[in-house]
Amino acid sequence: MALLSLYVAISGSLMVLDTKFRHLEMLRQALSVATTPLQQLAHAPARGLMQAGEYFQSVDTLQDENQRLKRAKLDNAPQLLRLQQLEAENARLRRLLSVHERPNVSGQVAQILYTTRDPFTRRVVVNKGGNDKVQAGLPVVDDAGIVGQVMRVYPFVSEVALISDKDQAVPVQIVRNGLRSVAFGLGKGQLELRFMPANADVQEGDVLVTSGLDGIFQTGFPVARVVAVERDTSYSFARILCTPVAGVENFGEVMILAPRETLPPRPDPADAIDGAPEEKVLKQKKKRPPRNP
Amino acid sequence: MQPTFSSSRILLPVRPWFISLSLLVALLLNLLPTAWLPAVPDWVALVLCFWCIREPRRVGMGWAFIFGLIMDVADASLMGQHTLAYVLLAYFSASFSRRVLWFPLGRQSLQILPLLAIVPLIQFGTAMIAGGQFPGVSYFLWPLLGALLWLPLTFILLLPQYQPVHRDENRPI
Repeated sequence: MALLSLYVAISGSLMVLDTKFRHLEMLRQALSVATTPLQQLAHAPARGLMQAGEYFQSVDTLQDENQRLKRAKLDNAPQLLRLQQLEAENARLRRLLSVHERPNVSGQVAQILYTTRDPFTRRVVVNKGGNDKVQAGLPVVDDAGIVGQVMRVYPFVSEVALISDKDQAVPVQIVRNGLRSVAFGLGKGQLELRFMPANADVQEGDVLVTSGLDGIFQTGFPVARVVAVERDTSYSFARILCTPVAGVENFGEVMILAPRETLPPRPDPADAIDGAPEEKVLKQKKKRPPRNP
Repeated sequence: MQPTFSSSRILLPVRPWFISLSLLVALLLNLLPTAWLPAVPDWVALVLCFWCIREPRRVGMGWAFIFGLIMDVADASLMGQHTLAYVLLAYFSASFSRRVLWFPLGRQSLQILPLLAIVPLIQFGTAMIAGGQFPGVSYFLWPLLGALLWLPLTFILLLPQYQPVHRDENRPI
């Protein structure tokens, strides 16, 4: 009984340390060195089966796919060629207008190894880790849009929280009208725009892209599509549900983007030339009662 | 020791390395990519429960704690979530071990069911307090399957102890 209370106390304090203070990353790293090879071992048969399946796929399908891809490449070629020219033009115009230039996007391709077994979160593990200079917080995209964000980095693998993970937030913007919001994961493969007023201009089918205001995600990556808008007059906020455009729940290859350049620091309100921050205004109002004309 | 206390058959003593091996195999089974299947048993919990009932003096909360930590890291879950569940499972299994072994195998599995149900319930409680999402009803179903697996599990894990003390060269088993 004494031993039981000791172990229960240790596990309880582990939980508190992990959730509240995040002090246990060292322990996790150390234990992961032991568990990762075991995991690789356990996944070897499944991977072998998959590879065997690919090997035995008939040449026909491969040829078909090859032709389709070639055609798709040809279809996309004019747009790509124009894109280069447009990007150059855009950069030139931005320079003319002295707007900040948009940085180029770079990153590294990683393969999704498996979803974590923990059913309370939506995370996947990819095969690039600290040795490949992956850092926690980097955005992860696939060919259609944002998939998630790196949560935890181990030496050889890293954990990616999907955007549909509960309370995972992505700052977004509606393409149609530029309305800014934040998309929160609901945990069921869906996202929600919270705290949007009931009369907000959001329609079904609207495409959400990253607004880039967080300094983590690059601007303009597709995130989700609005599938349902409920406006109930008894609530002050509309309930807006979206589904991710990227293959968030699929296996495959993803790209871990390189870290963004840091945003300029937030200006200190005390340095403002004109207009005072709220506290100042309040103080001044208290100090000086308005004079009568 | 006997297969059950009412049985008249005497078993060989268990070999410690076999306990470690079975727990390791259970860990490997847990690490298989089976997250997309509903109600896959938590093999480590099942094997831990088995050894805590069969050999409460050899396997106890210490083993449960270590394997809980490993599972926490491997599952990338909240630290201490598996640990707490396994430790409680080990404690209750060990304290029920004398009672459970009096029953024949079929009724043993009924006794095991509430013990195994501790694990998902504790994990669910801790994860919800820490702000997780609802995992779906199928998450709570694996103890049922685990209780059904109790019979084959007992057979497999006791197999090395069924062997005769003196091996007869002229007899296959």
